[in-house]
Amino acid sequence: MSDEGWRRLHPLTPLLRGWRFLLLVAAGLGQQSLRGDGLDRTYLGLAILGATAIALLVASVAWRRTRYRLTDTELQVDSGVLQRRSRRVPLARLQAVDVVRPLVARVLGLAELRLEVVGGGSSSEAPLSYLTEEDAQALRHRMLASTTGPTAGPAQAPADAVLVSVPTGTLVASVLLGGPLLATIVLLLLLVGAAAVQATAAVGFLVAALPVYAGVVTVAGKRVLEEYGFTVEESPQGLRLRHGLLDTRSQTIPQGRVQAIRILEPLLWRPFGWVRVEVDVAGYSGGHGEQQAATKALLPVAPRALAQALVGRVLGGPLPAAVAPVPARAAWRAPLSRRRLRAGLDHRHLVTTRGVLTTTTDVVPLAKVQSLRLTSGPWQQRLRLATVHADTAGRRLRGAQAHHRDAAEAGGLLAELTARTRVARRDSGR
Amino acid sequence: MGVTDLLDGEWRRPARALLTIRRVECGLFLALPFLVVAVVVGVLTGPAQGTAVAALGAVVTGLALVSIRRRWHAWGYAERDDDLLVRRGVLIRRTSVVPYGRMQYVDVTAGPLDRRLGLARVTLHTAAAASDASIPGLPEAEATRLRDRLAALGEARAAGL
Repeated sequence: MSDEGWRRLHPLTPLLRGWRFLLLVAAGLGQQSLRGDGLDRTYLGLAILGATAIALLVASVAWRRTRYRLTDTELQVDSGVLQRRSRRVPLARLQAVDVVRPLVARVLGLAELRLEVVGGGSSSEAPLSYLTEEDAQALRHRMLASTTGPTAGPAQAPADAVLVSVPTGTLVASVLLGGPLLATIVLLLLLVGAAAVQATAAVGFLVAALPVYAGVVTVAGKRVLEEYGFTVEESPQGLRLRHGLLDTRSQTIPQGRVQAIRILEPLLWRPFGWVRVEVDVAGYSGGHGEQQAATKALLPVAPRALAQALVGRVLGGPLPAAVAPVPARAAWRAPLSRRRLRAGLDHRHLVTTRGVLTTTTDVVPLAKVQSLRLTSGPWQQRLRLATVHADTAGRRLRGAQAHHRDAAEAGGLLAELTARTRVARRDSGR
Repeated sequence: MGVTDLLDGEWRRPARALLTIRRVECGLFLALPFLVVAVVVGVLTGPAQGTAVAALGAVVTGLALVSIRRRWHAWGYAERDDDLLVRRGVLIRRTSVVPYGRMQYVDVTAGPLDRRLGLARVTLHTAAAASDASIPGLPEAEATRLRDRLAALGEARAAGL
């Protein structure tokens, strides 16, 4: 094996990898010392020092044994101290490349490169941490350039056009209009009710409800932090999303890799005409909770026309209108949402809508459909209704479902979808 | 139903031996426990109660047997040029269309009862978690043939994500 082109991660990597661990050790020992009524201080200091040295040593050896190289067809990463691991990520299988900057790394001008490959699963995610920011961006560019073909030259400057940028005020207002407002209303109603019965009961109630309320506010705050400064840019390799206040993240969604799109319109947003757009890219494992939430939105909040324009751009063409209603007898099965249940189909996309409080629109490119299903439960059979499912890959959005259609129409839709997805698959090329 | 008429294809059925398996399972896991309980109740509280439990068991088992028969009749699969169709279910009717090009891999599985009667189940997996195309009760030779054919077709028509 030649050593040509192999590179190492940034030398500060061991420090960055180790600091969380050190914090844990320090916290644990600190607690011990508090409880252990003045245990020998020097012993404690030595313990911390020893743990630090060992942790740094292990991390340094790991760093020395890790190297990466980008060839024309794949990314190669060798790592591991005792158990050597040599990973080859074929660039053709690459779904998305993210540059993630956790807070501490960001202070040092470092970043992490995260790859999403087909077939998902946390083990398929191959992070490179840490690199200098320039290196990470350059690497990302080169990888995406080789997946999307010769459109981008080797020294392509990142001249990305900003398509959408979400104002902070709108983001904060939209988040507050969700959980926090509902929680406040519910809490107030319950408080008034409790106070009407007995004044002291209200106080107890307040104390009991506070943790729940704090939880709701925390979730909302987290979302603002994650989606702060959300911008969508168009780059030669596809759409690029940037967002985050503390941990900034920039994701690239290569053209034509979108499996499904969902447009959400919560009840409380309707007066403002806002919608949220979520996207599913195959193999986007998302990993840990917070990142998963962060990678979901294509647009956290925007006026509907803007969102629709963006969706059209991502999918490369106008969408069919979801107009076909369900029969009146479907009200026996779905009394609240019957009017919302609509479907639209053209030669490239299936669009369905549903939802009672939050209007949900699912869009599936026919070329991405994995399988089609028709189901009919006992009630549906009695009412001569059936549901058509278009399943897609990806974890979050499971494709589109046309609920409670007339049974004969649903059968026709299934047959039509079968034929059209076949054509779409062929046209999209292998 | 009109649905399967629109998707024309040569529909096939699982082997009749699948019925036997389901009936044996019904006897082992439904009728037998009922019998045991009936005997225990009969000994402990009196023959009238024991008979009541046994009667209840007989009714439940009878219903299960009817349901088994109807469900067996509902099973069907059709290999077409570009996709595999699978239909099943009585209470909840399901029809799946899985294009060969979308197949990730094929599984052939067989439990102890299946093996005794020479049957196997063929399951198709796609990249979508919701896809469910699984055909039980195929004679081993047919299961192997189907698996090999699906794998070959999947290879030939593989489409990128």
